[in-house]
Amino acid sequence: MADYSAEGKTPEVLFWVGCAGSFDARAQKVTKAFAKILTASGVDFAILGNEESCTGDPARRAGNEFVFQMTALQNIEMLNMYKVKDIVTACPHCFNTLKNEYPALGGEYNVIHHTQYMNDLLKEGRLTIEGGEFKGKKITYHDSCYLGRVNGIYEAPRELIAALDGELVEMKRCKTNGLCCGAGGAQMFKENEPGDKRINIERTEEILKTGASIVAANCPFCITMLSDGMKAKEKQDDVMVHDLSELIVQAKGL
Amino acid sequence: MSIGQIIFTLVVVVAFSIAAKNYKKVYRNINLGKDEDISGDEGQRWKNLFLIAFGQKKMFKRWIPAVLHLSIYVAFLFTQIELIEIFIDGFFGVHRFFAPYLGGLYTLIIGSIEVLSFLALIATFIFLVRRNLLKIPRLVKPEMGGWPTIDANLILFGEIALVTGIFMMNGADVVLQQLDPAHYPSSGFLPISSINGPLLFGDLGLNTLQLIERTGWWLHLFTVLLFINYLPVSKHLHIFLAFPNIWYSKINSRGEMENMPDIMNEVKSMMGLIPEQEMDPNADFPEFGAKDIFDLSWKNIMDAYSCTECGRCTDVCPANITGKKLSPRKVMMDIRDRATEIGNNLDTGARKFISEEGRAANEPLTVDNYYDGKSLFDYITREEIHACTTCNACVEACPVTINPLEPILKMRRYEVLTESAGPSDWLPMFTSIENGGAVWQVPDDRDQWAKEMNEEGN
Ligand code: SF4
Ligand code: SF4
Repeated sequence: MADYSAEGKTPEVLFWVGCAGSFDARAQKVTKAFAKILTASGVDFAILGNEESCTGDPARRAGNEFVFQMTALQNIEMLNMYKVKDIVTACPHCFNTLKNEYPALGGEYNVIHHTQYMNDLLKEGRLTIEGGEFKGKKITYHDSCYLGRVNGIYEAPRELIAALDGELVEMKRCKTNGLCCGAGGAQMFKENEPGDKRINIERTEEILKTGASIVAANCPFCITMLSDGMKAKEKQDDVMVHDLSELIVQAKGL
Repeated sequence: MSIGQIIFTLVVVVAFSIAAKNYKKVYRNINLGKDEDISGDEGQRWKNLFLIAFGQKKMFKRWIPAVLHLSIYVAFLFTQIELIEIFIDGFFGVHRFFAPYLGGLYTLIIGSIEVLSFLALIATFIFLVRRNLLKIPRLVKPEMGGWPTIDANLILFGEIALVTGIFMMNGADVVLQQLDPAHYPSSGFLPISSINGPLLFGDLGLNTLQLIERTGWWLHLFTVLLFINYLPVSKHLHIFLAFPNIWYSKINSRGEMENMPDIMNEVKSMMGLIPEQEMDPNADFPEFGAKDIFDLSWKNIMDAYSCTECGRCTDVCPANITGKKLSPRKVMMDIRDRATEIGNNLDTGARKFISEEGRAANEPLTVDNYYDGKSLFDYITREEIHACTTCNACVEACPVTINPLEPILKMRRYEVLTESAGPSDWLPMFTSIENGGAVWQVPDDRDQWAKEMNEEGN
């Protein structure tokens, strides 16, 4: 972003990478996949690099408003300085916080989740997806809480699966009724409370019931949780957990 | 004025005065919460009121209970018309006041009430079976032990009494209409009582018939009056509160946690974005979040009093499904019980509920100096509030648009901001965000992936 700014140019969109996308080895693959798609679709995008900070979602949901405000206000300073208008992100938590919580702090942007963005690119004809790779393959889709129930986005990701020519098999609990992967609300960062099982195991069992060989997800934390679930069930070689962008990259052979 | 009229008037006046007192208490308890301005978006609110309250839209996510509940609900609404007549008859000592005026329409109304009451009766039996024999899981969770289960069954027996009353009075009346047309105006052909009545009561004498008719009439009336008095101490208060509760429910995004302007401004001034805040050196350390009823908003408490204890929220809660203690229904029931406890204590006026400072200053007991050494945390444990994933499934599921997540998060805020407590696992996350701008402590650059991509030749 700094480079664009120095040259006096504005990118088409700012790609908000998020902590997971920046540092988590698994989520980095998603970041790269999405960056490849943007490039392949001819989208002129920028990133903030080290000027980006955590949006503050886990801190706020854990109850720590101070930490949230500090990081959020810093980000808003930065975004406003660069006069950012359009933001795309591959993390539904970043998406939700940027879109719904930053306005009250003085940060108004047009925020879009990468599944919507890719679907728009597809509709505009900038992104083409050749079927074939996934033809007839059973794919199930896991609605993340913050993209689905919280922000009501259920169709864009499903349209992408349709474009991949995969056979979408829904889980019993899907869309408004989708079951959480267990990571939200800062659960990702702490041990579970005592109980019968972990939430990701419950969800993994439901995925396995569909008989799908691929789980399409839209959130780095869901991917971690569900991959862990598959490992616990020793199914990591049979059922692949992927972000939608990764599936598109595979289909396009990028 | 006949003895009947006098007794009727007395009974009704007493019943309504006691009821009024109890409804006022609920109103007062709701207002123990903080002010919160909820206004605007009237269009959306009307829509919610029609679709979710009157239309019971959210109930229809589960068809069987939705249809059963709808029969009881519609029967309840329709029976109010008959109730108006019962009141007119009782006050003025007349009998079936509307019958001669309305004619065919009267037959239609009373006939419909009969059919609906019959459906409601069937629904009531099925509900009893579901709750007590089939033991539908969401209806028998730990928080449902004791009073909540009795409460649920009581109302079902009340419903049976109501319907029995209607059929006794209408059945005997149909026979009486033949024997004594001067006093018993014709109600026309009623789908149930015109068959039932002659069948059950056909051979009885005038006096016995009159006794049955009156017994049915009083049974119905008494049940209604009991019902009105019973609602404020029962989950069935939702038949009234559901309407305002749905009206006042959050319209803006579910994704936004309530902003805390005090903290925002303090951080802004720390960052030099706004001028330094004037700090009152004598001010107490401010308390953030919710420790007790007084720190919640009135809407949170209205939510609690509107809860039907149906358990739809708990049934979809990922924490509860996997055996954690958290149950969003229990959270709502606890808030209600705590509000009621405080309300009842306030009503005693007892000095033991006055804070030390209040007692020293010789103040009488008020909301402001209330202190009983307890808080919401004595009802809702930390283990429960920590287990929430903020997934919003409970919010989505609730048929009366209660938000159990909001109080959970307010309690987390109290724990973390005011007590500096909370799960220790969270501390590293807080410090990394604060110091390193990332949820994890990492040495890498944020754009490490981009550098790698460049190296890979992309
Ligand atoms: S938001 Fe919390 S309480 Fe509500 S269903 Fe999800 S985990 Fe349970
Ligand atoms: S909060 Fe709503 S869903 Fe939960 S028990 Fe109460 S009424 Fe039912």
